[in-house]
Amino acid sequence: MEMSQYLDVFIDESTEHLEVLYNQVLELEKNPKDKSIIEEIFRAAHTLKGMSATMGFEDLANLTHQLENVFDEIRNEKINVDANLIDILFEAVDHLNAMVEDISNSGNGTRDVNDIVSQLIAIVSGEKHDKLNEKSSNESNLQYITNLDEFEISILNESQDRGFSNYEIYVELNEDCLLKGARVFMVFDVLEKHGEVIKSDPPVTQLEEEDFQNSFTVILVSKHSSDEISEKIKKVSEINRVSVNPFALSQYIERKHEEELVHTQSEQAATVETPSQKEEKQSKGASSKTIRVNIERLDILMNLFEELVIDRGRLEQIAADLNSHDLHETVERMSRVSSDLQSIILTMRMVPIDQVFSRFPRMIRKLARDLDKKIDIEIIGAETELDRTVIDEIGDPLVHLLRNAVDHGIEMPEERKKKGKPETGTIMLEAYHSGNHVFIEIKDDGAGIDKEKVINKALTNGVISSDDVETLTDQQVFELILESGFSTADTISDISGRGVGLDVVKNTIESLGGHITIDSEKEKGSTFSIQLPLTLSIISVLLVEVQNEKYAIPLSSIIETAIIHKDQLLSAHNNKVIDFRGKVVPLAFLDDILQVPDESVEGGSDYVSIVIVKKGDKLAGLVVDSFIGQQEVVLKSLGDYLGDTFAISGATILGDGEVALIIDSNALVK
Amino acid sequence: MREDLLQDEKVIIFQLKAEEFAIPVQQVGSIERMQSITRVPGTSDFVKGVINLRGVVTPIIDLRIRLNIEARDYSDSTRIIIVEINNMEVGLIVDSANDVIDIPKSSIEPAPEIVGAVNNDYIKGVAKLENRLLILLDLSKVLLSDELSELKELEG
Repeated sequence: MEMSQYLDVFIDESTEHLEVLYNQVLELEKNPKDKSIIEEIFRAAHTLKGMSATMGFEDLANLTHQLENVFDEIRNEKINVDANLIDILFEAVDHLNAMVEDISNSGNGTRDVNDIVSQLIAIVSGEKHDKLNEKSSNESNLQYITNLDEFEISILNESQDRGFSNYEIYVELNEDCLLKGARVFMVFDVLEKHGEVIKSDPPVTQLEEEDFQNSFTVILVSKHSSDEISEKIKKVSEINRVSVNPFALSQYIERKHEEELVHTQSEQAATVETPSQKEEKQSKGASSKTIRVNIERLDILMNLFEELVIDRGRLEQIAADLNSHDLHETVERMSRVSSDLQSIILTMRMVPIDQVFSRFPRMIRKLARDLDKKIDIEIIGAETELDRTVIDEIGDPLVHLLRNAVDHGIEMPEERKKKGKPETGTIMLEAYHSGNHVFIEIKDDGAGIDKEKVINKALTNGVISSDDVETLTDQQVFELILESGFSTADTISDISGRGVGLDVVKNTIESLGGHITIDSEKEKGSTFSIQLPLTLSIISVLLVEVQNEKYAIPLSSIIETAIIHKDQLLSAHNNKVIDFRGKVVPLAFLDDILQVPDESVEGGSDYVSIVIVKKGDKLAGLVVDSFIGQQEVVLKSLGDYLGDTFAISGATILGDGEVALIIDSNALVK
Repeated sequence: MREDLLQDEKVIIFQLKAEEFAIPVQQVGSIERMQSITRVPGTSDFVKGVINLRGVVTPIIDLRIRLNIEARDYSDSTRIIIVEINNMEVGLIVDSANDVIDIPKSSIEPAPEIVGAVNNDYIKGVAKLENRLLILLDLSKVLLSDELSELKELEG
């Protein structure tokens, strides 16, 4: 069968199921007794197993199968959930994740999973031994079969009354078994000689078509003893393992009821509903609201829309030039529709930051365990939405900052105790919208940043000179740790690297048009605050004219514009400055900086137009010739060939088809 | 490049001053009329700026300046040849572009020591065709080589 057409769906869905696994295993660690969590894990693992087996990814299916067995044991309270178990589970899920990633990178998804598989088997079999001992005193409730219908239950009930025994028989074939269908037939042959097969999982038809993994389970009504049946089945060759257990109908029904309570609390019907029906209902509820759209198509849609925005601008201009009333009206209506369209397309590209955040809890957990620290992570505002392009970029910087908080921020438990803090440190990860920006804050209640240490380190590393020390504000000191060549941890650790990390963070965030600020209080903790634009592709700018050239300045960095008389320009150290609301603001003459060819008559006006821009809390005044107006523009890159051009962050196409350059005001504020 | 030399090559012919140059047709995206160019500050003198090429911001190089041929005002016949090299689209300003021909591989010879005013580094070879002499430009050298890294350093 040609599978490639399903591959995308497979990868998408597997990733989703893995996400569920990760999250629910984390939850499980907190609430090991919560049945609904285990059910959810089980469902995800089961679906994943089925999908990967269908797609022919053996290793993936194999590992998922073992994982499923473990979850099954947990579900039946055969295994106690402890930290070690969770570790192994995570490791297993990591392996699964790696395989799925491999598949999505057009690999074949093979991976050496023997080690982890044997660990999982060890968990299950270790507990199995216990159970075997238990069995004599306590009727086994090893139940692989979960979907008996009423009819089957009534038969089982009846058979018990008539002195037959109900057995649940688990048969595992050798992995290299070639004729699985034939073996199944032989097993069934044996079984039918000894009793009556009531139910098989997977169903007999699937078994005959070899549409199953190596194992299957049947429920048999028989007068023979379990040992006898087991012996007979083992006579069939290529059988790896057979276990014959009495099937406890009473427990099955009890458990069924419990499940129902969990899943369908509202439903009071006493009828036994099969899980498959329930699952159908749930998936229906979830799938009707959304459809899956390839991200590339959204990108194409966005590009096409950008073209439209450019043409809209052109039409607006033509309408204004022609002064035709009808054309004017039409263009206006088109503008309205297209701005609605724009907001819809933009929101369509928005994804909740949860996509990035969701992997952090397990990362923190692992780091904390590696370092013997106790750390809780609290996530607020995971539903906050950001443009996909920003989401793609923001993951790595956040990982760096979190690692930094775990490694340098939170102290060892003993140390925290001495300081009178709770042993468990807390890292808070919060995201929220404000205006046209998204803020992400990483707050820890650790040791805080040691100002003296930072200054000393910065001095020895030559990041600052001794003259600077006096003038630095607290925040400026903290921000030194974002400079390259800086690491305050006394020993270099694997976790937060060698001080090459944080400057990368700063660069990445700034390249996204964002800022990062640090606040810290000694012994109370630190807060790293990241400000990001909502979207990268369409921005509001102020168009200005310098000589005959047009430039765009992003509104996000503009504080205000001013027109000032020439007499008010002051000089300080040969630099022109102005007194702006009591602050001395240095001026940057754009015609000099941008080497604009001088074409107009010098000194034509006694007034200068100034755009006040900010970078952090620093200001600068950009001197331009005139303001044109505010406009929404599509940000375009200058392309690889021109690469990084000083003070230019990109270009945009104006209504008249001309290209205007976008000023990177961050580069001009010193 | 080397494989191209082994076969007949379809090339686009353009003129700079009195000389005729050729570039492989596969490297050419389109040929545009002259249009208004937005200057980009802080770039080399041969980078004229960027144009709006159907919604894509495309950098433009004045090939005369690039090849050290004296500059000339643009005219009606001036064309911008859009070429794609190493996944970068760049426009080249040429005096005129007016021909597409096949050059048999046999007529291609390595560049002689001195060919007109153009620096030999940018030349892949010359082709003699009846009474025409075509200079085959090595575009990746024209666009890249150490000049670009030098350019980037200057900008950086």
